[in-house]
Amino acid sequence: MSEAATLPTVKDALALGLTEAEYELICKKQADAGGGAPNQVELAMYSLLWSEHCAYKHSKKLLRTLPTEGRHVVMGPGENAGAVDIGDGLVCAFKVESHNHPSAVEPFQGAATGVGGILRDIFAIGARPIAVLDSLRFGDPSSPRSRYLLDRAVAGIGHYGNSIGVPTVGGELYFEGPYEQNCLVNAMALGIAERKQLVTSAAVGVGNAVVLFGASTGRDGIGGASVLASAELGEDDDKRPTVQVGDPFEEKKLMECSLELLRRGLLVSLQDLGAAGLTSSASEMASKGEVGIDVDVARVPLREADMEPFEIMVSESQERMLCVVEPENVAAVLELCEKWEVGGAAIGSVTDNGRMRVFRGGELVGDMPVRALVDDCPLYDLQPVRPTGTPYPSPEATLPQNSTPNEILLALLASPNIASRRPLFEQYDAIVQSRTVRRPEQADAAVLAVRPLGAIHGLGEGSGPVAGIAVSIDCNGRRVASDPYTGTVGAVLECASNLACVGAEPLGTTNNLNFGNPEKGHIAWQLTEAVRGLGDACRALQAPIVGGNVSLYNESPPTRESAGPIYPTPVIGMVGSLPDVRRAGRLGFAREGEAVAIVGPFEPSLPASELAKLLGRPLPDGLPGIDVETVAAAQAAVREAVRAGAVSSAHDIAEGGLAVALAECCLAGELGAQVSLGEEFFGAEVAAATGREGNWSGIPPVTAAALFGEVSGAFVVSGGEPALLALGERTSVRILGRVGGEALHIDLAENGGPIELTLVEMAQAHGALGELFA
Amino acid sequence: MKFGVLQFPGSCDEVDALHAAGRVGDAELLWHGERDLRGADAIVVPGGFSYGDYLRAGAIARFSPVMESVIAFARDGGLVLGICNGFQVLCEARLLPGALLPNANLRFTFRQVDLEVVEEETAFTCACAGGELERSERAGARGERSEGSAADGHPILSIPAKHSWGRYHADGQTLAAMRERGQVVLRYAPGENFNGSLQDIAGVRNERGNVFGLMPHPEHAVDELTGSSDGLCIFASMRLAVEGARV
Repeated sequence: MSEAATLPTVKDALALGLTEAEYELICKKQADAGGGAPNQVELAMYSLLWSEHCAYKHSKKLLRTLPTEGRHVVMGPGENAGAVDIGDGLVCAFKVESHNHPSAVEPFQGAATGVGGILRDIFAIGARPIAVLDSLRFGDPSSPRSRYLLDRAVAGIGHYGNSIGVPTVGGELYFEGPYEQNCLVNAMALGIAERKQLVTSAAVGVGNAVVLFGASTGRDGIGGASVLASAELGEDDDKRPTVQVGDPFEEKKLMECSLELLRRGLLVSLQDLGAAGLTSSASEMASKGEVGIDVDVARVPLREADMEPFEIMVSESQERMLCVVEPENVAAVLELCEKWEVGGAAIGSVTDNGRMRVFRGGELVGDMPVRALVDDCPLYDLQPVRPTGTPYPSPEATLPQNSTPNEILLALLASPNIASRRPLFEQYDAIVQSRTVRRPEQADAAVLAVRPLGAIHGLGEGSGPVAGIAVSIDCNGRRVASDPYTGTVGAVLECASNLACVGAEPLGTTNNLNFGNPEKGHIAWQLTEAVRGLGDACRALQAPIVGGNVSLYNESPPTRESAGPIYPTPVIGMVGSLPDVRRAGRLGFAREGEAVAIVGPFEPSLPASELAKLLGRPLPDGLPGIDVETVAAAQAAVREAVRAGAVSSAHDIAEGGLAVALAECCLAGELGAQVSLGEEFFGAEVAAATGREGNWSGIPPVTAAALFGEVSGAFVVSGGEPALLALGERTSVRILGRVGGEALHIDLAENGGPIELTLVEMAQAHGALGELFA
Repeated sequence: MKFGVLQFPGSCDEVDALHAAGRVGDAELLWHGERDLRGADAIVVPGGFSYGDYLRAGAIARFSPVMESVIAFARDGGLVLGICNGFQVLCEARLLPGALLPNANLRFTFRQVDLEVVEEETAFTCACAGGELERSERAGARGERSEGSAADGHPILSIPAKHSWGRYHADGQTLAAMRERGQVVLRYAPGENFNGSLQDIAGVRNERGNVFGLMPHPEHAVDELTGSSDGLCIFASMRLAVEGARV
């Protein structure tokens, strides 16, 4: 090995984000393997693989507590994406990932490459991507920074997803003060593959070639994983050069090329290049296959000729894949790359020495044990400390204290967290690939036919069932901040409720844990509690975790305005199956004269609700517990009724409570409703559960709770009255009234003025987000 | 009757178009790098981003090997349908008049839109009038909603549109001539023209009538499960025209 003029020191290690103890451990690992102190290439590679982003050093121990096995699971955590069996020899692959820090620095490219990265994870296991969803968090829309981040992030997601021919079928968006400096951009993707065509990333076969294909390698994104993703955002935003730049056309070709390579059986294993570039993909492929890999950086196609070996190894240039190929197939692989006009080069080989070796031509410039790189990063125990009181400031009150129920409902419909998402989803192609049966705002979950509908001939009466999958993504960070355990359970249940509304049963779950700095006690506590809730809820629903991602250090320094940690935000993505998309549920009321009912346990509470936010209420210390079994029973009842075609619409009651849910059913169906809430909604029991928390904007607490309180596992369902009453055998059902007319009328008996709003009035309020994109 | 559907490396909707065409005839993908149209009776230039569209939508695709053959095919009177990016490619190739500019709102926009079939006797719309599309009723309902701007009894098609560059533009003289020759085939129904196209133009044909381009996506409206099957009549019309010409 050539002697570098000067070896890096502990100071350099600290600058790369390692601790002193970690550096010493690296030196020891290298010495044990017969080497000296790490040189520049080696230290750069260790610093990335031992970063929080790659090594999960503060979360791995917790993640091991999650349920990852179940009868549908085909591929669990550890691969590029998880996969569940959807029958007929097919699997659905899916995963959610964050691109938070890059998006906070450069929202367009940050969000775009977030989509690009998650799509590569899907086709890396051999699945064709069929859908994207996104989960976004920004500060209050009154802030110019938040509006800028929102506008550019949405444009970036659209730019990438629309250009590559994968529909964006759903998502979620919340605006809350604590995300002002640290926005969240999480992207989820789904793909479909034949089970027998799935491929893993484990490098096998000593002597096999390692081929890099896709875009050439440049200096973009150097150190992204360690610098951006594994520390708090600092005072200066001078990190723009560490944000990668995406090219969806390159990715489109890469995707088609990868899938054709797999279809032709030319690859032994496949892995995408994401965070930490070649360093992480090569090392992880070697680690999974328990082999070594030699890489020659001189053979890597470069954008800039004078790149140093360490730069080539850590570059995060987008749209690249790494594969292992049997020597006799290399020519065929490169030929197919040429067909799709993507670059390709054999850059190394699989060895039996268990080492990751980096050459520049004939010169060895880095030599590390794979195990030390990938597996030996120390894992840290969290030191959770339950905080006394909430660390978050109360939201600013925006609703006058003496508002009528009518005014409150309009304010809630116009609230940025509830208003129609149409101005966003209209910027995304939701229908390419001809699978989309339920688009955004047609139902609580997106519904996709497993096979492209165009390819299915002779649909209509008498034709057979059309198998489908449904997907939902959700997390109410304010509720998790109020109670990390219950809030997370609620987020998982919310996804399952969304699936139930279209008639889908959960198959598996993915998650993205977005939290602050885990080295702080109260963040560690949030994380621990949230993961406990996640595990409990997924176990109860038999919807195991098949993959996910962790994004920590979402905090800004205390010198900044609106500083501190984000709301803890364990974003949940859930995939379910339904036997026949011809009966997929809708959320909108469908027919005049049909009955409207609340189905499921209805125990609304106001603390941490959207109304509480509009009134400037502080976050509560704890939420009412959720009886998961009761909620699951209600979900099953709704799911079966939708599948049987027994009900006309189903919508789960979420932010803004019953009144908002009813309004949404009216708006989606362009039909009014006349309902009345009888005394049972306002009785002593409800008052006890609601508490005596003062005056809710001039209306009695019980009335406020019944109309606007939030709840887990309750649904607004419409249909024939006998069918609705039949649901009473499995869960609780209360008939509220009838569908019809041009207005929503809610009679409250003696408990406050009735709500009476026309469809036009409600639609106008619900369209409030349009201004943000005007 | 066989449709040839072009496939560029950045095509996105080519498989959808293949399946849609496959509902009324045979259909096959044609790779951009090859000149052989494989005996296709009609060509579909599908949506997507052909070669990335970084210069200008469709600007590079018109120079591709397969387009050389398509241009010759069109000059010989063969039927060519351009959808979205395909429409842009056909304008760039000068097979169709006018150009597509960025949407008035400067954003990619996806919306289900109602289209009026202004010309019903074309090779691309001759099957759109009868059958399941009850023109008077549908047109009447739409007329009521948009307060008096009745659709003159034209058939209405509900078809999704999704694009960033869909604002149809041509100079005044060209527009007048197109009108006179019945080259404006589809218009956005009142209130539906979200991209700012001149005179609500959504789809145009060439003077000879054998080349047609539109921004909305009929291949995404061939099955009620996706919301509408109104787009199928475009492909059915092409089949009628090809088989009629053969007789």
